Amino acid sequence: MFRAFLIKYAEIGVKGKNKYLFEEALAQQIKYALKRCEGEFKITRTDGRIYVHALSEFDYDETVDNLKTVFGISGICPVVYIEDEGYEKLAAALVAYVDKVYEDKNITFKVHARRARKNYPMNSMELNRELGGAILDAFPQMRVDVHHPEVMLHVEIREKIYLYSMEIPGPGGMPVGSNGKAMLLLSGGIDSPVAGYMIAKRGVKIDAVYFHAPPYTSDRAKQKVVDLAKLVSRYAGPVYLHVINFTDIQLYIYEKCPHEEFTIIMRRYMMKIAELIAKQNDCLGLITGESIGQVASQTVQSLAVTNEVCSLPVFRPLIGFDKMEIVEVSEKIGTYETSILPYEDCCTIFVAKHPVTKPNLNVIKRHEQNLEEKIEELVQKALDTDELIVAKWT
Amino acid sequence: MEVYLDNSATTRCFDEVAALMTQIMCEDYGNPSSLHRKGVQAEKYIRYAKDVIARNLKVNEKEIYFTSGGTESDNLALRGCAYANCRSGRHLITTQIEHPAVLQTMRHLEEEGFRVTYLPVDEKGCIRLEDLQRAITGETILVSIMHTNNEVGSLQPVAEAGALIKRMNPHILFHVDAVQGYGKFRIYPKKMKIDLLSVSGHKIHGPKGSGFLYVDEKVKIKPILFGGGQQGGVRSGTENVPAIAGLGKAVELVYSNLDQDMAQMYRLKKAFVEGVRKIPDAVLNGHPDETGAPHVVSVSVKGVRSEVLLHALEDKEIYVSAGSACSARKPQPSATLRAMGIDQELLGSTIRFSFSVFTTMEEINYTLQTMYDIIPMLRKYK
Repeated sequence: MFRAFLIKYAEIGVKGKNKYLFEEALAQQIKYALKRCEGEFKITRTDGRIYVHALSEFDYDETVDNLKTVFGISGICPVVYIEDEGYEKLAAALVAYVDKVYEDKNITFKVHARRARKNYPMNSMELNRELGGAILDAFPQMRVDVHHPEVMLHVEIREKIYLYSMEIPGPGGMPVGSNGKAMLLLSGGIDSPVAGYMIAKRGVKIDAVYFHAPPYTSDRAKQKVVDLAKLVSRYAGPVYLHVINFTDIQLYIYEKCPHEEFTIIMRRYMMKIAELIAKQNDCLGLITGESIGQVASQTVQSLAVTNEVCSLPVFRPLIGFDKMEIVEVSEKIGTYETSILPYEDCCTIFVAKHPVTKPNLNVIKRHEQNLEEKIEELVQKALDTDELIVAKWT
Repeated sequence: MEVYLDNSATTRCFDEVAALMTQIMCEDYGNPSSLHRKGVQAEKYIRYAKDVIARNLKVNEKEIYFTSGGTESDNLALRGCAYANCRSGRHLITTQIEHPAVLQTMRHLEEEGFRVTYLPVDEKGCIRLEDLQRAITGETILVSIMHTNNEVGSLQPVAEAGALIKRMNPHILFHVDAVQGYGKFRIYPKKMKIDLLSVSGHKIHGPKGSGFLYVDEKVKIKPILFGGGQQGGVRSGTENVPAIAGLGKAVELVYSNLDQDMAQMYRLKKAFVEGVRKIPDAVLNGHPDETGAPHVVSVSVKGVRSEVLLHALEDKEIYVSAGSACSARKPQPSATLRAMGIDQELLGSTIRFSFSVFTTMEEINYTLQTMYDIIPMLRKYK
């Protein structure tokens, strides 16, 4: 029975003169999400509203599920259209709508009519009153409550007449593409895909970098990261994933620096390389899945030492999250199952038994001098291995 | 040079097998249960394959049941016999080094109220007959012992075990999982007192999804799949004609030149083992000689994680298996290696090389040379 969806958006409604940019980005993302749905759709923007119209048969549940992945949408209202064939037909249609959608009639309601077409013979107040009366006549158990109705019956008079009353919550946030682009450091773990999801939710487009360390990490580990990027792209749009061969740098650090400092120095080089790739690709920030104190390399001291190599801002959306909270989000967005596949990743190899937890920047820098001879050449070589994979949800 | 040394995982299909299967899938695609000519034609392929296998095992044709492979054969043998014979007793015996298809089925039967004894093995990966003798009770209804271990290639004393079991109680059923041994050795169930024998097609250059279970005609067995009543109701489901024909063809080919092929495989094994002995701190597991299987060599390379060595060899186009899937996140040391009492340190450093009739001496030499080249480097970073 539903032929269209009214898309409600919260935050982008208040963006002043930039509003059209946000709306355009939202329409674009809706289009991307609907591409994977059966059926043909048209997106229209009128009077500050976005509608998705079905032009053919479509799968209602599938369409709603996909609209729920579009950041910027606060609510999805399924809409019934009827032709304007006079007030009597309208009243009958509204009564039929209520009968079908609300099995339990023991509810309070209010009719809220709106006329986009002002030449309709009745005004909004009259419509509210008359339609309310028609419903009360049909279903005596229903009661009117004009202040806090359980059900708000919207009647919009346009070319056709739109009826809607349900609002399915959307994911909120802002449409991807409305807030620039950032580079996500994507490992195979639980945290980094969640971090990418959260920053994408604020409208940021995501590129990603993965550090591959063959033969210490396998092609399966790499495939796992590609799969994770695909899962993130369900919400964030296509993700450009850069795969960098990091083995030689790791081995060189392992050879030249104290073992307890291996992880922290490696992290510094990962950030450095990520920043170089970010800048080449117009990214305005880096994103990591770090959370204070989770592991030795994520103590406040370690984060400070890692952060020191970057000039771009580093976004760490999970910084105050507990592991359980992160797991909860990863389960919600469907990355958890993939994240826990047991393949080695570049952060779990060569790890010292007792890594430093309170690194001192000066000491770390002094030990990094051991790398002076070859490191620049190795970084350049690593950059040359950049393999670009476009991860797309289909 | 591409070198495939993971033949215990699966083997390359013989060309003739693939050609025969293509022909059956595209031309002689009838359902063997159909009454018309196309059905009869399809049935002929099944009869032919059954005949080849029955003659090869020196058993009766009607004692062969086609399945989807080793796992199904093991499941059918163990569950089918346990349920059919549970009134005589509820005790089963197997070994600690069986394939998961047997071990997990046994675990399931334990949940169903059966009692299972898991025989230990010696440091070479073989059971001791004394242990078997001690384990048999008046309640025992079935013993399941593998022919050749899949991880280290140790050969179990199957014929001796069969004789022992039947001497103690002729009613106890004897199942042998011969997935790794069939196609390498001549196995005669009647002589070896084997009542049930599991075989998989893709380990002997046949197709995946093919296999059979030999069931002695005197054995009481219940089906585990229900349906159209094909294969005497023991294994319902339209027969996978191309796979069955492919399996038959593979058996024919694999046994056509068995003695020379095995002699050649033992020569390869000997050369490889001698080469591995030159690597310092490399330990050979099981029987690295003619008392073990011709096609499996298990090596623990101290100080190199098996996954790392595997991927480093992969980089040189040499494909092997990690003796135990072991990672820093989720260590799962193999049951076989643990049962053999392998040093904890070596558990995660074990690699399995497995050969086939396609393996050449040149490939063995290339593999050895590659190992000499990369192992010192890998040992430096651990």
